[in-house]
Amino acid sequence: MHTKTLAQLARDLKARKLSSEELTRSYLARIERFNPQLNAFITVLQEEALVAARAADARIKRGDVGVLTGVPLAHKDIFCTAGVKTSCGSKMLDNFVSPYDATVVERLRQAGMVLLGKTNMDEFAMGSSNETSFYGPVKNPWDPTRVPGGSSGGSAAAVAARLAPAATGTDTGGSIRQPAALTGLTGIKPTYGRVSRYGIIAFASSLDQAGVITYTAEDAALLLGAMAGFDPRDSTSVDRPVPDYTAALEHPLKGLRIGLPKEFFDQGLDGRVGAAVHAALTIYKKLGAEVRDISLPNFWLSVPTYYVVAPAECSSNLSRFDGVRFGHRCESPVDLLDLYTRSRGEGFGAEVKRRIMTGTYVLSAGYYDAYYLKAQKTRTLIRQDFIAAFENVDVIMGPATPTPAFGLGEKTEDPITMYLNDIYANGVNLAGLPGISIPMGFVDKLPVGLQIIGNYFDEARLLCAAHQYQRETDWHGQIPKGFQ
Amino acid sequence: MSLTSDEVRSIARLARLAISDQDIPRYADNLSRILDFVAQLDKAETASVAPMAHPLDMSQQLRADVVTETNQRELFQKNAPQVEAGLYLVPKVIE
Amino acid sequence: MQWETVIGLEIHAQLLTKSKIFSAASTAFGAPPNTQACLVDLGYPGVLPVLNKEAVRMAVKFGLAVGAGIAPRSVFARKNYFYPDLPKGYQISQYELPVVGRGSVEIELEDGSSRRIGITRAHLEEDAGKSLHEGFEGISGIDLNRAGTPLLEIVSEPDMRSAKEAVAYMKKIHSLVRYLEICDGNLQEGSFRCDANVSVRRQGEQKFGTRAELKNINSFHFVEKAILYEVQRQIDVIEGGGKVVQETRLYDSKKNQTRSMRSKEEANDYRYFPDPDLLPLEIAESFVTEVRKTLPELPDEKKQRFMRAYGLSAYDAALLTASRELADYYETLVQAVGGEAKLCANWVMGELSAALNQNNQDIAQSPVTAVMLAGLLKRILDNTLSGKLAKEVFEAMWAGEGNADAVIENKGLKQITDSSAIEKIIDGIMVANPQQLSDYRAGKDKLFAFFVGQVMKATQGKANPQQVNELLKRKLTG
Repeated sequence: MHTKTLAQLARDLKARKLSSEELTRSYLARIERFNPQLNAFITVLQEEALVAARAADARIKRGDVGVLTGVPLAHKDIFCTAGVKTSCGSKMLDNFVSPYDATVVERLRQAGMVLLGKTNMDEFAMGSSNETSFYGPVKNPWDPTRVPGGSSGGSAAAVAARLAPAATGTDTGGSIRQPAALTGLTGIKPTYGRVSRYGIIAFASSLDQAGVITYTAEDAALLLGAMAGFDPRDSTSVDRPVPDYTAALEHPLKGLRIGLPKEFFDQGLDGRVGAAVHAALTIYKKLGAEVRDISLPNFWLSVPTYYVVAPAECSSNLSRFDGVRFGHRCESPVDLLDLYTRSRGEGFGAEVKRRIMTGTYVLSAGYYDAYYLKAQKTRTLIRQDFIAAFENVDVIMGPATPTPAFGLGEKTEDPITMYLNDIYANGVNLAGLPGISIPMGFVDKLPVGLQIIGNYFDEARLLCAAHQYQRETDWHGQIPKGFQ
Repeated sequence: MSLTSDEVRSIARLARLAISDQDIPRYADNLSRILDFVAQLDKAETASVAPMAHPLDMSQQLRADVVTETNQRELFQKNAPQVEAGLYLVPKVIE
Repeated sequence: MQWETVIGLEIHAQLLTKSKIFSAASTAFGAPPNTQACLVDLGYPGVLPVLNKEAVRMAVKFGLAVGAGIAPRSVFARKNYFYPDLPKGYQISQYELPVVGRGSVEIELEDGSSRRIGITRAHLEEDAGKSLHEGFEGISGIDLNRAGTPLLEIVSEPDMRSAKEAVAYMKKIHSLVRYLEICDGNLQEGSFRCDANVSVRRQGEQKFGTRAELKNINSFHFVEKAILYEVQRQIDVIEGGGKVVQETRLYDSKKNQTRSMRSKEEANDYRYFPDPDLLPLEIAESFVTEVRKTLPELPDEKKQRFMRAYGLSAYDAALLTASRELADYYETLVQAVGGEAKLCANWVMGELSAALNQNNQDIAQSPVTAVMLAGLLKRILDNTLSGKLAKEVFEAMWAGEGNADAVIENKGLKQITDSSAIEKIIDGIMVANPQQLSDYRAGKDKLFAFFVGQVMKATQGKANPQQVNELLKRKLTG
């Protein structure tokens, strides 16, 4: 069963070809068997999952059934789940049990989905390799000496190794799309505001957005349809109807205008990844799409802009972790300052501290204008580029990452090298646009991803474009050796 | 851009992060590199560009003034390191 | 050396919303600790703020009342600092773009003059929790019930030149927010708080001196005392050859002094930036128009009307319109008496206010209602009571002994207005005091008072004083 897509499993459940309990047991068994070598899960909800599965089976029996009833999934450990440890990959929250559900968690629970567990991630979602997790790095199922990407690395590894048919993720600067690309999966980051951020432990509030990591665009369409929509508890969520993403999958691509930004193919890109993009475009052309060369002249500003905006917001968002109301508290603080500095110093890892300090610096008196205000302006330039591009094209395509998965420990020494891994992702978050990464082949036997960027709220078109490609190819159907 | 050890210490203090002396040089080096990297932004011409704080041009939604929250102190304080008589305890606050 | 004092006030008024500014927890005062602190107020991971419409409406109402512009677009910003009563490590406030722009109010001074005080801005923000220090050794307990209560911070221009003016301004704003029903104005419970920026400069100097910010001033009386102390301290520092440093100082009402706040010693770097969890607040003209319609008659308008309709002085009218309840009391009284506006004003500002002050009571709690007081004033007007007797009756009414007529009846306080009765008493006194009589007749005019006293003593103060005067004059002269 584990080789089936989420959509297939959902159909089988509905047709009562299998029970949710059977399915859940099978995934739990795989988690038990494979997780020790992958480290994809921080928490496995053995008993709770079975209780939920049985409840789902009862619902199915009654005929009280939604598309997703009984389908198991895993949540990135950044989503608050009531009564369950929610660590955000940090020692700071190692002892934290959320008293409430994130909106996404609540909606998927209400849809009858079964939560298998909480997946590993870079600490507070700050990282591109899953190496900053307090719970240790996650291995890439395609090659255990390599990273799965990050920060939703646990979600990606779990789905790639078929330990869960799908997992949620969050994407602040590529954290869904990059790990999906590096593990041969489909990963969508919707438009900022499309999915509620309520209950997602904030990294950078103006960039964070929840999405999913799945096998196919069809799977993603099903899940996104259930997650998306206005939430009165999130002021930045958008009150706008959610289209039927599944229905939109079958729209023909004929006449689709694809923009290919020349800046995506500059130095830094592995030529073989570039070649894979062009091969994918050949298929799109066959499907009737038209490829246009475009330019995003301010593309070069996206990573530096991101590394001012994201740390600035994170430095403030993470101030609430002070050892007073929840989270790690140091032993025997001598005074208030000691309580704060030691609790935070001990509770946060090195990358989180680096970003908090960077953010503190760029917001501080005397530097605000030169860094933060400047980055807010360059952010405008980046968005304007995209808006201009979308006047002439329907989607933008390019590589999801410059290279396939890199080795564990390979980029931990130099933060900048690590940051540049998300060069094609950051700008999309800064503009608030939707983006999806889909498998488009292999380089050195490692999967690489095609990124499709859409206009605001154009998720349906992205999913459709991804789906049509997936009907022509089988990159998304590949399973890493040892996990078949 | 090269941050001195003292500058790193003062940023860490502002951010309430205890950093051991032996780690200071590494942070100084990392942060200096990050700041150098983001200093590229200087090259962008932004004199007539409006700053952008949000990806979407929307305005704030407003909530009706209704009390719906109930007392859940016991539940919420389960995560608290130190409470007594319903209060969160901290070393004495000196004003 | 002549010194000039320069004062600006920052007033924090808790808005009278039912729920908090960014959460649906109650704002009621006095609940057991942390029972009204929900996830948002506690700054739990993952939760988000959503703005309370009523708080916005109240801010707009205030803005309109002080003639300020309402910003069509204002922005919430984070003020970052670590403090245990600040759960998120930042306070959501407004920084560069506040909701209420420039306005002003007029204050009346005791000498009858008035001055216009500029309001720089007013913005919405969230209140912090409370640190409690009692009962624990070396430890503070944090109660976050208050965290997230909406505040309107009203910032004045440095327009005040004396502690008295500062008090008058604070009272004015206090009266205004209560008129508008946007704040209960309870200083004890901290719903109306004031920080004062105080500096001194040499008379004639254009530049402002270095200011100190005085915190924690929770009464009108203490505002005056704290400023007076601080002004003298600064003058002493400068005259002693020192320099005033810009700092935050805490007013200690027990010692009547200000001291530097240790917790604020570190140079503040609040790292304000727009709160990415909140979008710009846009206020449509239609919303403003709607709020404008709900504005009550404001103190200044009421004052003008009182001067016109009741012929009161500006000072009296200002006093009587200081609170909506007091003004209502006065108007009910005048109506019940059927005029005599000046007499009514004197009684409200005199006996009634004194009694209220003495008992630390609010006009709403007065045991003597406007109608009861009217009953008393009517007995003055029909000469049943002398002024002195009326005061006695008032005291009895205050003590709960019934209305004026009942008290007069029970105590037999009716004024003696029968001339022949008074004459008889005078005759008796003249006979009993021959020496004084002859001295008076010999030109010792001062003794007139002695005879008045004797008559009053003999009648237990019940004789009509005017009649006593007239009859005595006639009889003593012989």
